[in-house]
Amino acid sequence: MSFISFSFLAFFAVLFCLYYVIPRRFQWMLLLLGSYVFYLFGGVQYIGYILVTTLSTYLLARRLGTLHASQDAYLAAHKKELDREAKKAYKAGVKRRMWKWLLLGLFLNFGILAVIKYLDFGIQNLNAILGLFGAGQLGLFRFALPLGISFYTFQSMGYLIDVYRGKTQAEKNLGKFALFVSFFPQILQGPISRFDQLAPTLFAEHAFDSRNVSFGLQRMLWGFFKKVVIADRVAVAVQAIVTTRTDAGDPAYTGLFVLLGLVLYAIQIYGDFTGGIDITIGMAQMLGVKLPENFERPYFSKSIAEYWRRWHMTLGEWFKDYLFYPLSICRPMMKLANFSRRKFGDKIGKRVTVYISTLAVWFTTGLWHGAAWNFVVWGLLNGVIILISYELEPLYRRFHAKFHVEKHFAYRLFQVGRTFLLMGALRMLDVYHDVGLTFRMLGSIFTAPNFAALGDAALLEGLGLTAGDVAVVALGVVVMLAVSLAGRRGSVRVRLAARPFVLRYCLFFLLTLVILVFGAYGIGYNASDFIYSVF
Amino acid sequence: METLLSILRDLHPDVDFETCTTLIDDKILDSFDIITIISEIDSEFDVAIPADEIIPENFNSAKALYALIERLEDE
Repeated sequence: MSFISFSFLAFFAVLFCLYYVIPRRFQWMLLLLGSYVFYLFGGVQYIGYILVTTLSTYLLARRLGTLHASQDAYLAAHKKELDREAKKAYKAGVKRRMWKWLLLGLFLNFGILAVIKYLDFGIQNLNAILGLFGAGQLGLFRFALPLGISFYTFQSMGYLIDVYRGKTQAEKNLGKFALFVSFFPQILQGPISRFDQLAPTLFAEHAFDSRNVSFGLQRMLWGFFKKVVIADRVAVAVQAIVTTRTDAGDPAYTGLFVLLGLVLYAIQIYGDFTGGIDITIGMAQMLGVKLPENFERPYFSKSIAEYWRRWHMTLGEWFKDYLFYPLSICRPMMKLANFSRRKFGDKIGKRVTVYISTLAVWFTTGLWHGAAWNFVVWGLLNGVIILISYELEPLYRRFHAKFHVEKHFAYRLFQVGRTFLLMGALRMLDVYHDVGLTFRMLGSIFTAPNFAALGDAALLEGLGLTAGDVAVVALGVVVMLAVSLAGRRGSVRVRLAARPFVLRYCLFFLLTLVILVFGAYGIGYNASDFIYSVF
Repeated sequence: METLLSILRDLHPDVDFETCTTLIDDKILDSFDIITIISEIDSEFDVAIPADEIIPENFNSAKALYALIERLEDE
C-alpha cells in the first residue's frame, strides 16, 4: 500500500478520524493497530520478521534494563564499603554481562538482515570465484525482502544500544515498543528515529490541534507535489537514458545525454526521497507526532562531507553514533593508532583510525543501500572523496586565507555546483547498476560529448517527455528551489500562516489542483514506488 | 589543561579554545576531529573516552572536555 495510492489515503483518512474521536488514552493503540494493518497489506508473509525483531529487542532491552537497575541498587547499597577499585571491578563485571546480551541482539537482528538481504549477493560472488576454477555453482535463495527491514532493524538496534549504554530506559510496555518499531508513516523509508526522542511524542495523548493538522496536511501536499509531479515525471527520462539501447546493443544515450541524466536523476531522487519524507513527517504531524527531520537543503552543500550531514541525516547520525565512533575508539583501534604513531610518526598515527573507520562506514553505507557491487563502489568512493577532502583541508585553508574568496557568492556557487555534479556522478552507479558501464558513460561526457545529438529529434522523443512535461519540471524545479531558499529564513509554513486566509487557501487549492492534474493521478501516469522503500 | 589545549590548537590553530563554548553546536569540530582528540587523549592522559560520552555537552568546550577527562580518571 503505497503512500500515494488511493487505498492508502482512504486508510489514513479513516485512521485520522478515529484517532481524534476515541478516548485519547487509546490513541497509541490505534496507531499500533493501524501500523500492523498497513504492514499486513504490504504482505502477510513478512509479519514474522518484524515480530521477531520486536520481541527479541524488547526482551533483550528489558534484560539490559534489569542489569542496569540491579547495578545501581547494588552500588547504592554498598556505597560505603566499596572503594574505587572495587566499584570499577563490579561495574566491569556487569558491563561484560550486558555486552553478551547486546551481542545476542545484534547478531540475531543483523543476522536476519544479512541472510535476507545479503546472502544471495555473497553466493553470487562465491559462484564467480568457483566459476574461475570450473567448479559447480551454488543455488540462490531469492528471499523476498520484508518491507522496511533495513529501517526498522536499524531503529531497533539503535534503541538496544542506547539501553545498553544507559542513555535510554527499556520500555516496559510491549505494545508501545511494537509501535515504536512499526509506526506506519516511517517504516518504509524512515526517518530512523531514536527512542528517547520519538517515545514521548508517539505515546502521548494528542488533542485535535488545527494548526498541527493544517501544517501536516500542507507538508503532505508539498511531498505529493515533489513526488508525483516532479520525480515520477523525470523518472521516465532517466530510465530512457539509462536503459535504451541501439540495434547493436550499445547505450543509445551517451555524452551530454549522460550529463542530462545525471542532473535529471538528481532532481528525481530529491523529489522522490525528500517528497516521501515530507509526506511521512506531515502525516505524523497531523496525528500530533513529531518525527526528526531528514534533510537540510542538501543540494546547497559545499562539500561531500557537508552533503552527507544534510542528506538522509538520520541514517548518517546512526552510522556515526553506532558504528563510526565505537569503531574508531575501540581498544584495538587505539592500540593500532598508538603503534602507528610510534612506528611511522604522528602524522600517520593520527590518520590511521580516521581512514579505517571512514572506509568501513562507507562500505557498510554502500551495502545498506543494496546488495550489489555498484552500491559498494558508490559507498567506498564517497569515503575516498571525503578522505581526499580531509587531506586537502589545510590547502583549502591556505587558499582561502590568501585569496579571501570564501565569502564570495561566485566561489560558493562554484563549491555548490562542484558538490552537486560530483554527487550526481557518483549516484549514476545507482542508476546504471553496473560499475564499468557507469564509468564508461561518465567518461563519454568528456571523450564524446556529441553536441549534435542534443538536436536529434528521435533521441529527444525517446526521452518520453513532451514540451509540456519539460515546462512542468522546469517550473517545479524553480518552485522547489525558491521554497528551499525561503526555508533558510525559517519555516515557510509559519510565514504563510501569517498571510491572508484567502491567499493561503487559493495557494493550497492550486497546489492540490497541480498534483491532481499533473501528478500521478493525471491521465497517462502511474505513480512509481519510492526509491528508498526498497532499501 | 595546557596539554589538552595544545591538542585542540594543533587541529584548529585559528580557534580560541579557552573561550569557545560552541565547538560542536557551531560545527567547529567534526567527527574526524573528535576521534583524533579521543585518540590523543588516550595517548597523552591514558584515559579512554567511551562512545556513549561523545555528546555535545562533553565536547562543546575545552573546559567541558577537561572535566570529562577528570571524571573518567576518577571512575
